[in-house]
Amino acid sequence: MIHSLFLINCSGDIFLEKHWKSVVSQSVCDYFFEAQEKAVDVENVPPVIPTPHHYLISIYRDKIFFVSVIQTEVPPLFVIEFLHRVADTFQDYFGECSETAIKDNVVIVYELLEEMLDNGFPLATESNILKELIKPPTILRSVVNSITGSSNVGDTLPTGQLSNIPWRRAGVKYTNNEAYFDVIEEIDAIIDKSGSTVFAEIQGVIDSCIKLSGMPDLSLSFMNPRLLDDVSFHPCIRFKRWESERVLSFIPPDGNFRLISYRVSSQNLVAIPVYVKHMISFKENSSSGRFDVTIGPKQNMGKTVEGVVMTVHMPKAVLNMNLTSTQGTYTFDPVTKVLTWDVGKITPQKLPNLKGIVNLQSGAPKPEENPSLNIQFKIQQLAISGLKVNRLDMYGEKYKPFKGVKYITKAGKFQVRT
Amino acid sequence: MTDSKYFTTTKKGEIFELKAELNSDKKEKKKEAVKKVIASMTVGKDVSALFPDVVNCMQTDNLELKKLVYLYLMNYAKSQPDMAIMAVNTFVKDCEDPNPLIRALAVRTMGCIRVDKITEYLCEPLRKCLKDEDPYVRKTAAVCVAKLHDINAQLVEDQGFLDTLKDLISDSNPMVVANAVAALSEIAESHPSSNLLDLNPQSINKLLTALNECTEWGQIFILDCLANYMPKDDREAQSICERVTPRLSHANSAVVLSAVKVLMKFMEMLSKDLDYYGTLLKKLAPPLVTLLSAEPELQYVALRNINLIVQKRPEILKHEMKVFFVKYNDPIYVKLEKLDIMIRLASQANIAQVLAELKEYATEVDVDFVRKAVRAIGRCAIKVEQSAERCVSTLLDLIQTKVNYVVQEAIVVIKDIFRKYPNKYESVIATLCENLDSLDEPEARAAMIWIVGEYAERIDNADELLESFLEGFHDESTQVQLQLLTAIVKLFLKKPTETQELVQQVLSLATQDSDNPDLRDRGYIYWRLLSTDPVAAKEVVLAEKPLISEETDLIEPTLLDELICYIGTLASVYHKPPSAFVEGSRGVVHKNLPPRTGSSESAESPDAAPSGVQAPEPPAVIPTQGDLLGDLLNLDLGPPVSGPAMAASSVQMGAVDLLGGGLDSLVGRGSMGGGGGSFAPAPSAAAPASLGAPMGSGLGDLFDLTGGVGALSGSYVAPKTVWLPAMKAKGLEISGTFSRQVGSISMDLVLTNKALQVMSDFAIQFNRNSFGLAPAAPLQVHAPLAPNQSVEISLPLNTVGSVMKMDPLNNLQVAVKNNIDVFYFSTLYPLHILFVEDGKMERQMFLATWKDIPNENEAQFQIKDCSLSADAVSSKLQGSNIFTIAKRNVEGQDMLYQSLKLTNGIWVLAELRIQPSNPSFTLSLKCRAPEVAPYVFQAYETVLKN
Repeated sequence: MIHSLFLINCSGDIFLEKHWKSVVSQSVCDYFFEAQEKAVDVENVPPVIPTPHHYLISIYRDKIFFVSVIQTEVPPLFVIEFLHRVADTFQDYFGECSETAIKDNVVIVYELLEEMLDNGFPLATESNILKELIKPPTILRSVVNSITGSSNVGDTLPTGQLSNIPWRRAGVKYTNNEAYFDVIEEIDAIIDKSGSTVFAEIQGVIDSCIKLSGMPDLSLSFMNPRLLDDVSFHPCIRFKRWESERVLSFIPPDGNFRLISYRVSSQNLVAIPVYVKHMISFKENSSSGRFDVTIGPKQNMGKTVEGVVMTVHMPKAVLNMNLTSTQGTYTFDPVTKVLTWDVGKITPQKLPNLKGIVNLQSGAPKPEENPSLNIQFKIQQLAISGLKVNRLDMYGEKYKPFKGVKYITKAGKFQVRT
Repeated sequence: MTDSKYFTTTKKGEIFELKAELNSDKKEKKKEAVKKVIASMTVGKDVSALFPDVVNCMQTDNLELKKLVYLYLMNYAKSQPDMAIMAVNTFVKDCEDPNPLIRALAVRTMGCIRVDKITEYLCEPLRKCLKDEDPYVRKTAAVCVAKLHDINAQLVEDQGFLDTLKDLISDSNPMVVANAVAALSEIAESHPSSNLLDLNPQSINKLLTALNECTEWGQIFILDCLANYMPKDDREAQSICERVTPRLSHANSAVVLSAVKVLMKFMEMLSKDLDYYGTLLKKLAPPLVTLLSAEPELQYVALRNINLIVQKRPEILKHEMKVFFVKYNDPIYVKLEKLDIMIRLASQANIAQVLAELKEYATEVDVDFVRKAVRAIGRCAIKVEQSAERCVSTLLDLIQTKVNYVVQEAIVVIKDIFRKYPNKYESVIATLCENLDSLDEPEARAAMIWIVGEYAERIDNADELLESFLEGFHDESTQVQLQLLTAIVKLFLKKPTETQELVQQVLSLATQDSDNPDLRDRGYIYWRLLSTDPVAAKEVVLAEKPLISEETDLIEPTLLDELICYIGTLASVYHKPPSAFVEGSRGVVHKNLPPRTGSSESAESPDAAPSGVQAPEPPAVIPTQGDLLGDLLNLDLGPPVSGPAMAASSVQMGAVDLLGGGLDSLVGRGSMGGGGGSFAPAPSAAAPASLGAPMGSGLGDLFDLTGGVGALSGSYVAPKTVWLPAMKAKGLEISGTFSRQVGSISMDLVLTNKALQVMSDFAIQFNRNSFGLAPAAPLQVHAPLAPNQSVEISLPLNTVGSVMKMDPLNNLQVAVKNNIDVFYFSTLYPLHILFVEDGKMERQMFLATWKDIPNENEAQFQIKDCSLSADAVSSKLQGSNIFTIAKRNVEGQDMLYQSLKLTNGIWVLAELRIQPSNPSFTLSLKCRAPEVAPYVFQAYETVLKN
């Protein structure tokens, strides 16, 4: 199981270590640094690194490497999932998962890690339970604590820990009872040169914010549940009900959580809400090139496409770019060769366009590769797959909760090849 | 007011200052001081000097302070064992606390203090906690047993904690069950032989119930444990599958992958005609695809596993090609894996899409990725014949880009395409020749030279081209030199008039001016060939070459089956069995897929049995050197293989191997070898010699000398058959058979050298096999083997080698090494060589055992066309150690009751029914290991009919 954990920042400092069994020397991280050096880019560090006596399994999140040391045959996914859970917990507790946040709260971090893993076995990873054991820091609490001498550590057994619904604590009370669901869909797509879709799929999630007193039992039904054929559920969902009736029935955790995630596969047709017209060319032997890109709305169901940002990794030989945009602002970073164009909202009457001259290094050969355009966008009040919530019913409690559903569609890994 | 303040004091007297604060009367100050100590500890500072002061703070009602002190204790107790004892009393007291949180905390922390003296005090509290009324305490205690076992295994066994832990599997609380399973699995890992997790249908049922209710991590433990279970029939397998399938929709990817493992394994037992089988296949695809939308690290692990799954059951993902399309901001490790899977899934139906994608990738920035994409195009051409034309034109387009490394890769793969489809695409040679000058990598140069030599008759200026390479002959790498030599000789044989000078030149360069023995040898042989018999030379050098195989880097089927059992683990990431790389797992039990138990193939239909015996030929696979070496030979032959590093490069190795093979086959049968050249002659293989073996082999030899006389008393020996044709082994032909003489087994081999070079340094190794057959002495070939000479060798065998169940059971994989290379072949040995001499069972014993073995273990066979009398049969079988215990005559039929024992102690009981009028006998076999029955039947048949 998981032996030790090292947190390493981008400049290669080990700023926290935790051992669950015997102590493993920091020098084991040298193998990691070696791999890091080889990979050049931080994203390219391989997640599993063998060393003579251990294996290092790492993830890269928020500019921090979480490097775990294992010694026996352990499912790597188990370790990776757990590491992501650790990062999520830090995020949850401190509002951000950064080196400063961790250093500022080092004792809580240590207590958390001790509580999450025992002898390498996960102990309590549900944020509900953790928060009962170790209270998250707030300014008010630290002031109160310093006056009264009370502590951050809960001294009773968390109620959810052993029940059949470990994700919910007992005795939740709210004055305003509310349940909100955000249906968020991301379109992953590869569009080829000519504008036709090579690959497209929709990754959807339903994130919930539930603040309901007592033990509410909810059931959520959809207008078109047949869309959901590939779904991953939060453990709270009763699988049998879903199998037989296509209804999500569950006792929710308290607070924010991801209810389901789903994939609408490429077999169903995926609507592509924007199109891009592009002309990027480099002239032979003249150290310059042309750049002309227009973005326009396509199948967007009458909603506005907004928050449009285009990023392009230009070839290495590009020195700088002289462009004019009809809308929004653009920046070009000559060091990383990244062009970012913040377009904003697309109005169909006047399509945003960015064009101009690309200056190449003189004498360098004409770049071979064609840059891919990465597009981000947002469409409010629309789930592009057509998924619609039908109704939400609550059983088990008497009060009348306030309910709400929000839809949003975003670009995921949306790239246009040129 | 953040914790970073704890880091600020870096003055010299820090420790001293902390000491003072720790001993302060004020609670608050104390706590702050402990926090400072912990903060220093987290960054690896040594604060062990404060041990007594910190331990003094332990007696407190403040839970936070208590936890902090515990944290400190766990870290430093090892370095201060005597001081740690001071803490014991508090622990023991805390284990009685009314608050379950404190009880659990105490037992948990105590387990983490890795000091022998403390463990003694731990036993009593732990025993109590394992039976605690509160499940939270029980589940913590379960893990504590695993901790204690890690520190002092003997103590855990003596105190009977293992039994208590086993009882916890039936606990009412699912979380406790999960932790007990986790703890037992961990303990079992260090005790491979013990039957700790003795699974039976009842316990399986309990686990499946707990599976639905425990936490995600618990589900992983339970699923991994389930995967080790062998269901007794297809019905049970199906019912487990049904209950595991919902886990495929879990949000935690590790749960999903563990569920996939269980399903992939148990699916093996389901009949393919079953509706359920099809449903299951369909259900597996979506979760696998979903894994690919997770974080890149998860994707990587998922892809490595999908790579295995796709090889085992391509039908699962055959429609999902598109999800493996590479996104340009994927990390490089994800890109390379996706590419690999794309090629595996490529088929006639989707090849157009795949090619378009590959072409796109070939213009990306990342050099490694581009190279691999170009190679992939070549592999598509070889795999999908219909696409070859399109692939070639794509490659030509790429060559037009003139990007140096793209051109070179393209030429290397075009060479392979030529070998697969000879005389089809030679029109492109002109284009290739244009790029001759830009080639600077040896592999590409060698490939180009090969093309020029092979098609010399169609290239007008072939002599000029080759001559241009000749100028810098000595600066070239060996690969290119060898290739150039061969190409020029080919050219000479095709156009003898114009190229005499050229061939003279290259031969003298190779033989006189080079200090590379391989090159010199090859030069000499060409020279000799050309000068003595040009016609023979033509036959040899221009001989037709075997086509290259379609898939060059498939994982060997037996290894693949084993890896499928390890889905989701490190083994699946490295594509190696855990025994190959996990430290300290010497005794790892090998896992194998369960055999398919279609209910139609039951024992009642005797005709079905023999057909079942002839297991479908496993697909012929050219294993990559790395994989086989690691698995087959461990470290004995060839350079030492360090597991994972090898795995990473195995793809490239495969490619190198392809070229190596190509080079060697250029010289046809008369190969001088060395072309592959990747394996330096290893130090003489140290075959495991076992005690007593030399004597046995001596005896065996004696009997061998007496030849015919011994034939009656020894067991039947089949005539020798060719196991390794010379074609496949660079001129070495091996034929052989197995025999058993007076208690010793031997492998009688004839090695024939059909090459033109002396062979020496022979060594032999077996892969792990079902009965642990292993050479008892090294392979003794006394003198080097001259060309066209044969030598007969009797290699004594023993059965103390490592055991792995093979399919078919009597399959034996052998590696033979000589000075040229390492060769692999596999053969089936007759089971009767394993029948031991003391296989005669007492009558009473026989009756009891026959009754004792359940009826479903009985298998019936027909031995046809045998006209021996009962007595003749019994004496003939006795020669092969099948002993007749009793004979009865029932209604005119002779019934023979026989017993035999295998080397591994398995008893097989037989009843042979002989009707005087009927030439076919009925054989009923009963054995506790029914899978051997068909092989025993084979042995009967062989012995009786010869």
